[in-house]
Amino acid sequence: MTTDVAVEGLLRELAPQVLGVLVRRYGRFDACEDAVQEALLAAARAWSGGTLPDNPRAWLITVGSRRLTDELRSEGARHRREETAATQIAREERIAPPDADDTLTLLFLCAHPVLSPAAQAALTLRAVGGLTTAEIGRAFLVPEPTMAQRIARAKQKIKESGASFALPTEPERSDRLRVVLPVLYLIFNEGYVASSGPELQRPELTREAIRLARELRRLLPGESEVSGLLALMLLTEARRPARSGPDGTLIPLLDQDRSRWNGELAQEGLKLVEDALSAGPLGRYQLQAAIAALHVEAERAEDTDWPQILALYELLERVAPNPMVTLNRAVALAMVRGPEAGLALLRTLDGDRSISDHHRLHAVRGHLLELAGDRAAARGEYLAAAQRTTSLPEQRYLEARAARV
Amino acid sequence: MKYIALIHNSPEAWQALSQEERDQFNSDADVFLKELSSSGELLDGAVVLAHPSNAKTVRVRHGAPSITDGPFPESKEVLAGYYTLECESIERATEIVSKDPASRHFAVEVRPIMHMTGSDL
Repeated sequence: MTTDVAVEGLLRELAPQVLGVLVRRYGRFDACEDAVQEALLAAARAWSGGTLPDNPRAWLITVGSRRLTDELRSEGARHRREETAATQIAREERIAPPDADDTLTLLFLCAHPVLSPAAQAALTLRAVGGLTTAEIGRAFLVPEPTMAQRIARAKQKIKESGASFALPTEPERSDRLRVVLPVLYLIFNEGYVASSGPELQRPELTREAIRLARELRRLLPGESEVSGLLALMLLTEARRPARSGPDGTLIPLLDQDRSRWNGELAQEGLKLVEDALSAGPLGRYQLQAAIAALHVEAERAEDTDWPQILALYELLERVAPNPMVTLNRAVALAMVRGPEAGLALLRTLDGDRSISDHHRLHAVRGHLLELAGDRAAARGEYLAAAQRTTSLPEQRYLEARAARV
Repeated sequence: MKYIALIHNSPEAWQALSQEERDQFNSDADVFLKELSSSGELLDGAVVLAHPSNAKTVRVRHGAPSITDGPFPESKEVLAGYYTLECESIERATEIVSKDPASRHFAVEVRPIMHMTGSDL
């Protein structure tokens, strides 16, 4: 007997393999993707009792290819002759070992630069992750028809772009990888930030992002940024049990009960960071993972190696300059050289309109002012941040800080 | 980010349109919503509210409910309808809403909807 959870896991693993076979055979990524979805749904129904066919992958390829042929036929009789000839995928092709490159090719295709990040994430979850539209809609908190439209539109855009189903060649591959990694990180974050309240649990997305990152690392073991991203996800996920109270209140990193961190994920993440840092040129994910590692390694908040974290933020700011990184560096700087140094750094952001009125800048400034002992000003900054955030848990947290200071 | 588009108008302003203008408005609104739906940015279809003369406003003070006729606040302009959308920024949201015929004839307020997610602090 196979449980439904195991069936679901198997289907997600097989989804990109089956899609790869179909696309290589028929072209037409958009139509093949629909056919694979239908085959997955049919399999979920047929196998739910726990009785699997001898070769589940061949079963899915057969059903998917039949659905595809039906679809192409109904599009018009003029297709009829040519498509009938291609109806059956040869038995050898169905039982051949999976082509590992297919998953990679699909990841690159779904991260196509013509798509918005949100569309890249949704399409990746469906075509590579094997999730249904309903599941993706639930995960992103949008109605299923809205998600269906987004996926259909994303596939249409890929079709119009003329992208072919082929693995980018070596020099281009590294560039394209830089697009794939943020897609996986976005999926992870979407699940991670949502899991603060008891009413909203979307760990599904973090789990799925970690699974895809593991898969990507298996396919590209030499890419140290892939290891860095996986490590970052694991080290962040390790802290999840401690990041919110039973009522959903957010608990900042330094106040968390560290005994609640997941030691197994933390250990795996630490090991990866070690390997990744010694392997290749330092990228943003490796650096972020290294920072997360230093937090995880500190037994108590006061044991945190702030000078080392500060040095890593300086590097990160050089590799991936971004006002949010500067904000984090200001916090580290305040921990090393005192709140005034941090506040001075924050002032350099005042002219940057992308962040000067952002709630995070006000929140960090409030924190540093509180450390500096200027309680009235800190209170004003917390309230300014509370007014600007669109996150309800953050707003409650900031209002509580303002009341307490 | 999710946004709500709140359509404010006065019933008189609607009545002041000619029948031809109202027909045009309705068909433009249909096209607008269809486009928004096919772009995957519309979350919930448009809700159109009944005439404000059908509204009741409820206040409970010291445990005693008081129910009065009419909308809150009492003004010429009232909430006439709304829809929710999801897009990347408020700039994109206002760009979308500027294609809504309601924004040509009346006023449409766009406001972010609070979400339950929280990033690390």
